[in-house]
Amino acid sequence: MKLVTAIIKPHQLDEVKEALEAFGIQGMTISEAHGYGRQRGHSEVYRGAEYTVDFVPKSRVEVLVDDMDATSVVDVILKAAQTGRIGDGKIWVVPVEDVARVRTGERGVEAI
Amino acid sequence: MNGGEAKPGTAMVVAMSPTLMPLAEAAETVDYAATAFLILCSSLVLLMTTPGLALFYGGMTRTKSVLNMMMMSFSAMGVVGIIYVLYGYSMSFGSENIAGIIANPFEKFGLANTDAIINPFGYEGYGNIPELAFVGFQLTFAVITVALISGALADRVKFSAWLVFAGLWVTFAYFPIAHMVWGGGLLSGAEGGLAAAVYGVTDGVANVVPIDFAGGTVVHINAGIAGLVLALVVGQRIGFGKVAMRPHNVPLTMIGAGLLWFGWFGFNAGSELAADETAALVWVNTTAATCAAIVGWLIVEKVRDGHATSVGAASGVVAGLVAITPACGALSPLGSLVLGVVAGGLAALAVGLKFKLGYDDSLDVVGVHLVAGLWGTIGAGLLATSTGLFYGGGIDQLVIQTLVALATLIVSGVVTLIIALAIKGTMGWRIPDDVEIAGIDGSEHAESAYDMNTRGGRMGVSGFGSHDSEDVPAKNLEGAKS
Repeated sequence: MKLVTAIIKPHQLDEVKEALEAFGIQGMTISEAHGYGRQRGHSEVYRGAEYTVDFVPKSRVEVLVDDMDATSVVDVILKAAQTGRIGDGKIWVVPVEDVARVRTGERGVEAI
Repeated sequence: MNGGEAKPGTAMVVAMSPTLMPLAEAAETVDYAATAFLILCSSLVLLMTTPGLALFYGGMTRTKSVLNMMMMSFSAMGVVGIIYVLYGYSMSFGSENIAGIIANPFEKFGLANTDAIINPFGYEGYGNIPELAFVGFQLTFAVITVALISGALADRVKFSAWLVFAGLWVTFAYFPIAHMVWGGGLLSGAEGGLAAAVYGVTDGVANVVPIDFAGGTVVHINAGIAGLVLALVVGQRIGFGKVAMRPHNVPLTMIGAGLLWFGWFGFNAGSELAADETAALVWVNTTAATCAAIVGWLIVEKVRDGHATSVGAASGVVAGLVAITPACGALSPLGSLVLGVVAGGLAALAVGLKFKLGYDDSLDVVGVHLVAGLWGTIGAGLLATSTGLFYGGGIDQLVIQTLVALATLIVSGVVTLIIALAIKGTMGWRIPDDVEIAGIDGSEHAESAYDMNTRGGRMGVSGFGSHDSEDVPAKNLEGAKS
């Protein structure tokens, strides 16, 4: 099993969700995140005082998948999240040792 | 004659008049329109402090100190409201004048002997109001003036020190200046006052009467200079000029500015004390100047910073309202547009000074209230239709306006400095550094403004809350009991 984590632009979230659903993904977890990469932050001005805001708002999408689906899911997210402009985000995949569904106690791939 | 024009066949219009004498028995009929107007206006001014100013300031602070900021406004209501009923009114508007500086605080202590019907205009048949309506109106002014100062003190001041300051400052700075300007004291047009000494007296009234219709000196210059002195005595916040201290909720600030504007009609138009032609002129002038000030502020921002901002628009509203406050009864609507656009521009430039000069006037009490208050008071000497320099009235009004503004600066500045240093030397102003960094809301009020995420916990003091509860599994309580 793999955990696919994608950091994307918040306004691409709906497209990513719909693309994942179309692919057959049953569920996902999203959270609000802040960060920067090459995009860096931006500046804001309040009453003439300029502030640098380092961390830009992002959405984090996390999906648990079977090993064989991991590459395809990355492709699906990549396609849906891409705008071609700076700040589109990143996607990474890490191995998952075990998964348990809390309600039923199912373990492993059954619990995904 | 605070800018009022002579009405044909009637006496001069005098806002906030010193001649609050009870009428003769025969004439004691209440002017219900004026009374209803004044009671409504008092309620509007109350709305300016809570929640208007509290929201305006609260939105500009950081999440960790918004409650303390708003509490400074709410607690000013508590402290000043009590004092006003006890001796504040008597000390400001009592009939027993003491050296032109205060009135006898004990004459109307606890609002004794305030059941008369008074007439601000000094003649019969028009504008008779219950003295208590005037008391209520003036109470709200004292409250907001104190609350305005709190903007200089964000994030770092003991709540107890603020409460003590509020009580001392309203007593030794606000009431004397209110008496001097509106109660027939040294800064009014009364015989024996500053204006009378400079330009002489005719029939008991100075030949050139200072214009302060609704409180440019008493409220805004007074609070503004107090904010500056406090910022200097209390010192900078930790990280001032280095750490980002951005407004945490700009919509709150904009709601607050909108409520201030709405309430300000009570403040300015209500200061006429009757629903008449002058009140109508004041309403229009107040609106005109404020609209122009928004534009003035935004133009400066666009040119200087490249963007017209929301906080700038909200601040422009307040700068315009502050500037028109002393002048609103004396200007034409066109003159008000000029006064307003300059006020917005000046204040937008002034708010940057604190970073250059290094005083942490956190929410720009100086940049907005002092600068726009000074401009409005002095600008009335330029733009007053009856006596202003630009209207061929000569330089006398301008001179008197400047003198009155300077006198207010000095009196309030010195009194505030003494109170601020006394508090610094006794109870101290500042909360501990680590507490300030963690956020004043938690330490001074044991609250947090926002539940940003679920943080767990249970009712009661930490570790004790549910020690007898059977529906909490015992394992969850291990280590929590003490």
